Amino acid sequence: MPKRTDIHTILVLGAGPIVIGQACEFDYSGTQAIKALREEGYRVILVNSNPATIMTDPALAERTYIEPLDVPTLAEIIARERPDALLPTVGGQTALNLAMDLDKAGVLEKYQVELIGASTKAIATAEDRELFKEAMNQIGLRSAHSGIARSLSEAETLVQATGYPSIIRPSYTLGGSGGGIAYNAEDFRRIVEEGLALSPIGEVLIEESLLGWKEYELELMRDHAGNGVVVCSIENFDPMGVHTGDSITVAPAMTLSDREYQRLRDMGLAIMDAVGVATGGSNVQFAVNPANGDVVVIEMNPRVSRSSALASKATGFPIAKIAAKLAVGYTLPELPNDITRSTPASFEPALDYVVVKIPRWNFEKFPGSQPILGTAMKSVGEAMALGRTFPEALQKALRSLENGHMGWGADGVAGPPLERLRELLITPTPQRIFVIRTALELGWSVDDVHALTKIDPWFLRQLADLLKLEQRIQAESLDSLTADLLREAKRAGYSDVQLTHLLADSPSQRAVRQRRITLGVLPTYHHVDTCAAEFPAQTPYLYSSYETESEAAPTSRRKAMILGGGPNRIGQGLEFDYCCCHAVFALRELGFETIMVNCNPETVSTDYDTADRLYFEPLTLEDVLNIVDVEQPEGVVLQFGGQTPLKLAKGLEAAGVPLWGTSPEAIDRAEDRGQFGAVLAECGLRATDYGSATSWDEARSIAQRIGYPIMVRPSYVLGGQGMAIIHNEEALDAYLHAVTSTSPEHPVLLDRFLDDATELDVDAVSDGERVVIAGVMEQIERAGIHSGDSACVMPTVGISPAVEQQLHAATVKLAQALNVVGLMNVQYAVKDNTVYVLEVNPRASRSVPYVAKATGVAWAAVAAKVMAGQSLREQDISAAPDLVGYHVKEVVLPWRRFPGAKIALGPEMRSTGEAMGSGDTFGAAFAKAQIGCGRVLPTAGAAFLSVNDNDKQALLPIAQGLNELGFKLIATSGTADFLKQHGLNVETIYKVNEGRPNAADYIINGAVTLVVNTPLGQTSIFDEQAIRQTALRQNVVAITSIASAQAAVDAIRALCAGGLGVRALQDA
Amino acid sequence: MTQALLALEDGRYWWGRAVGALGERAGEVVFNTSMTGYGEILTDPSYRGQLVTLTAAHIGNYGVDLADLEDAQPWAEALIVRAFSAQPSNWRAAESLSQLLQRRNVMAVADLDTRALTRHIRAAGAMRAVLSTEDLNPESLSAKARAIPTMEGRDLASTVGTREIYTWTEGTPADWTLLQLAPEPNQALGAGAHVLVYDFGVKRNTLRRLVDLGCQVTVVPNATSAADALALNPDGVLISNGPGDPATLGYAVETLRGLFGKVPVFGICLGHQLIGQALGGTTFKLPFGHHAGNHPVCDVKTGKVRITAQNHGFALDTTSLPREVEVTEISGNDRTCEGLRHTTLPIASVQYHPEAGPGPHDGDEHFRTFVHSLRVQTARGSV
Repeated sequence: MPKRTDIHTILVLGAGPIVIGQACEFDYSGTQAIKALREEGYRVILVNSNPATIMTDPALAERTYIEPLDVPTLAEIIARERPDALLPTVGGQTALNLAMDLDKAGVLEKYQVELIGASTKAIATAEDRELFKEAMNQIGLRSAHSGIARSLSEAETLVQATGYPSIIRPSYTLGGSGGGIAYNAEDFRRIVEEGLALSPIGEVLIEESLLGWKEYELELMRDHAGNGVVVCSIENFDPMGVHTGDSITVAPAMTLSDREYQRLRDMGLAIMDAVGVATGGSNVQFAVNPANGDVVVIEMNPRVSRSSALASKATGFPIAKIAAKLAVGYTLPELPNDITRSTPASFEPALDYVVVKIPRWNFEKFPGSQPILGTAMKSVGEAMALGRTFPEALQKALRSLENGHMGWGADGVAGPPLERLRELLITPTPQRIFVIRTALELGWSVDDVHALTKIDPWFLRQLADLLKLEQRIQAESLDSLTADLLREAKRAGYSDVQLTHLLADSPSQRAVRQRRITLGVLPTYHHVDTCAAEFPAQTPYLYSSYETESEAAPTSRRKAMILGGGPNRIGQGLEFDYCCCHAVFALRELGFETIMVNCNPETVSTDYDTADRLYFEPLTLEDVLNIVDVEQPEGVVLQFGGQTPLKLAKGLEAAGVPLWGTSPEAIDRAEDRGQFGAVLAECGLRATDYGSATSWDEARSIAQRIGYPIMVRPSYVLGGQGMAIIHNEEALDAYLHAVTSTSPEHPVLLDRFLDDATELDVDAVSDGERVVIAGVMEQIERAGIHSGDSACVMPTVGISPAVEQQLHAATVKLAQALNVVGLMNVQYAVKDNTVYVLEVNPRASRSVPYVAKATGVAWAAVAAKVMAGQSLREQDISAAPDLVGYHVKEVVLPWRRFPGAKIALGPEMRSTGEAMGSGDTFGAAFAKAQIGCGRVLPTAGAAFLSVNDNDKQALLPIAQGLNELGFKLIATSGTADFLKQHGLNVETIYKVNEGRPNAADYIINGAVTLVVNTPLGQTSIFDEQAIRQTALRQNVVAITSIASAQAAVDAIRALCAGGLGVRALQDA
Repeated sequence: MTQALLALEDGRYWWGRAVGALGERAGEVVFNTSMTGYGEILTDPSYRGQLVTLTAAHIGNYGVDLADLEDAQPWAEALIVRAFSAQPSNWRAAESLSQLLQRRNVMAVADLDTRALTRHIRAAGAMRAVLSTEDLNPESLSAKARAIPTMEGRDLASTVGTREIYTWTEGTPADWTLLQLAPEPNQALGAGAHVLVYDFGVKRNTLRRLVDLGCQVTVVPNATSAADALALNPDGVLISNGPGDPATLGYAVETLRGLFGKVPVFGICLGHQLIGQALGGTTFKLPFGHHAGNHPVCDVKTGKVRITAQNHGFALDTTSLPREVEVTEISGNDRTCEGLRHTTLPIASVQYHPEAGPGPHDGDEHFRTFVHSLRVQTARGSV
């Protein structure tokens, strides 16, 4: 059946800010869906609060609303745009939940909006655990023994039947948030209470444990004619017990016989039917008992999921695109397979390679939280690699992660402490794959390791075989290494760097590469062709191996190669992929053949139709140089992918690779404090006093000289990793003790810290002559809070026009002094009208997409063209357009995922994503940004205020404002006394450690709707943490800085006034 | 480690490591892109005379469960694989693939660039080849490949099918029946109908599915005459899959003409081609054949798609079929004929493998339809 002609306008919901469990894969799926629907001539309306996405580019949908994803906002947009249909299946759980809420609120019915892609009944059946279990029973499939509890006592009754260990899953939370495995009654009570609090409907599932069972996923597609296909099977390396988002996963399934696989396939298709999925993609998870093959259905998602993004990249089957087309009436056989172009989409991809995905974690950013993997997802990103065999793909994936490893060990990274080996095998952690290595090296048998980890012996044997190969390599030196053995090593995925560690004479990486080339051991490139070579592939989506022939077939066109950002992590996420994609679009527009290199399966950049050619490869020097050798690009673009490609700059330059844009030497000058000091002096600009220490003694003396408080950090970091504000020498010693690697190669930087300064970010683009300021952002938080964790606003609201002029002038000078070609980001602090330069990043920054959305100019594209030689003059760009209204960016923080971690903002970035709010006033924009991040500011109730002495004066107008808005004021003694002195009516209550009922009790009892609590110093940390943790659990907005509190009052005022309004990007 | 060399008749050759029996095997080199089911493929009689390239990256992973095999012995001349797992990991594994290969003296080569080989065959067509651990000279091995007979004109079906009549009573093992997903009780469907299976190289799963559906199954040699067959009083006849060139099986075409109209006839793969020929059609060689477990087949009437296992190098020319024969299914990939039905007589066939083993079960309903037609016919008393 062809597409439907009775619908014309389709509303697509995005996934909102990036959070753990819902990341940029939904930008990928949403972007695909929008493109697919536009291709069919539909008018597409998009709503997504996340400005960093490609999908919110004004060119993509007909109407783009960067607005909060909540019912009132959507009702307003629906009333305005009158869509015929709503597609809720490409925006993750957020979109699905919102669609359900819109249905419940009667909005869909009122405006006659039809849900396409998934019905409310299907969504309910898949999401509601009891309904799902019932549906599985009806088709004779077993789901885990379980029951729903709405209280601790109900849970305790249930666990008597389901037994220990017990799995606890809160209902309607994302990525298993708040769930866990309880081995005893004590753990059980704790996890259940937490889960009940986290579940929006106060409900947890108590489930039998299937720990140690094998875990599989199937990605399925179905059309309204009832045709169903399995796009991909995925086997988890980590057995049941580790959230699939935290598991190493392998495609296709490795240890299933045809009978077993076909049984899962039959079940998967039957489950889609039973749940009532009429069209689209679904994901079904199974547990299989390794002892007898018993199958238990774990869950199904009636939508495009994280796994479907992975499956799309793993197979070349564009699940989201096809899902969108099926939703508007097409059937699978009517749609073509884009890769072969000669066969239809109604087929099941055949793989002749292996795909491995490995999650990327950031536990180090959350001191206090345990780096243990369980049923709640903790990873913030992932890398995927393809190889002709599992070992090859695994090693490529491991070196894609960019965490110091260059493969499965043998890379100079220290192994785990031997005394904890057993424990670390039993308890899954991010390091477990390397712990296995150590155990096998020590002579543990595969059976021993299997007994403790329950990882399938097949995988373990593959690993053990690698160690045997390593022994043969270790017996050789670079000269004695034969081409055959070298090829065998490369086919097993060993990087040149690993070989430097393995070979007896420890040659340099360069020498290994030279020798490899001399011996003719060169990578071959192969198509991801969906059909295991049965048909010719027409789309150049490539991965490397070491086979007998390469299929790369480079063209002789003018080429530009863009290096992507690698796996997402805190500090380097979606924003950089946005920039990379824009670079691709811009360079293609200039007539270049664009070549994308990246290893992140969640991204738009790794979609096979983003660039002309896609190399799904690790972003290491070796892998990139190999591609450069094959493609011989005219220029390589590094500055859009964040720190990942920049780290390669020197190596690529040394190898003679033509790099476009700001030179690596200039980047060095900006990063090296000594050289940068000279640049500032040349420009006549001020920085705070600073020093660079290579020893403890030096650090202490520098601190003495510049005076406390100081800000310290290791050099060359992104996202402020390891940064801290230090108030005295004792704290400095403690810091240096923690950062053990202070050395001449790894200096520590010390800066005078400006208390209570306003921080500003300026993004600019320069072509070497002209410099254009793209945007000036004012951070809401004071200096000292990482800019990535601070809300910010454009235009500025708290600095004078004269200061803003100074910022412009300083930025231009810096761009010229550093010979910037492309994008540049400068961070300033302003205190008492004096401008200090904090740092310069001569590359695309995290703020580029936000500035682009606020100004309506695709600055990354402008910069890419500049780098390719088209000047700003030629592009007719002389200044950013005037801003319409206010645009606030707010961030989301993953505290809930890391129980035990200290909840406080600081110089180290911890946020995972952002939302943008736009409005006529600062307050309205701020309010929307808050809602976009899921923080619903109260418009009534009681505000609990507790601030330090420095903040008391500034608190006064805030308290007065809240008072005027009708809030009751509650405070601890010091704050209360101060406010009372100024004539405010305040109720005084106990601090947490003073007595009961205290502040936390008030929050738990629902007597507080807003918390303003600024840091009071070391002594009251316990108190603050208790208040913030309690507020977090009770979903009460807790504000931890005066600046944010002021903004919040403005926002509450706007909310009380009502009618925040909505605006499409295309309205401007 | 024992080196093995694979040389093709056109002079291309690849090195690998011997992982099965040692020696030398000659045949036609083909590929199959199924991701599971190497045991079934190895023992599928349709692979008689062929060196089978398995494109899936890892082979041997889950070992061998004898209950999964498609015949009592391996039929492929050799397996060609990229990565070979000598030790299996699966609760059902009775032995490793390595043990099976050694025990049955089947050669296999691993660490060979199967993708390059597959791409070559795809472009140049299936061709003769020799795999050896004895003659490691590419030129002399290629010359040997050129010396073996080509597949065209070879009646291999007669070499793999049974020479004796036997009855088959084994169904799908209890744990693996598709019962749980079936719309009606299986056994009742066949109700003891007697099905004769002409064995051109029948796969056990075809027989198992008939038993599952309540049929009494008698397997007969493919040279059995129509008269002899009808004397056994069948309610229906199934013409099996099998190896070799369908054009050599003139006797079978004659037999079929003697069965048409007297008893319901259903054909699979080679059986489909023979039925097509018996109805007056002709076959032609496909440019690269169908060798996979993921091929879409469209039901002409309903538009519904089945994902199917396929293994054939020839196809029926639909334009050659008489008017009373309708094409029921076509390949989603190249629009070639995948199924036919006679408009007035109970004759039907499919080009693909509804019995799976290995492969998806989407075509399984053909067994139901066939068995259902037997019941209808039986009720009427005669055709």
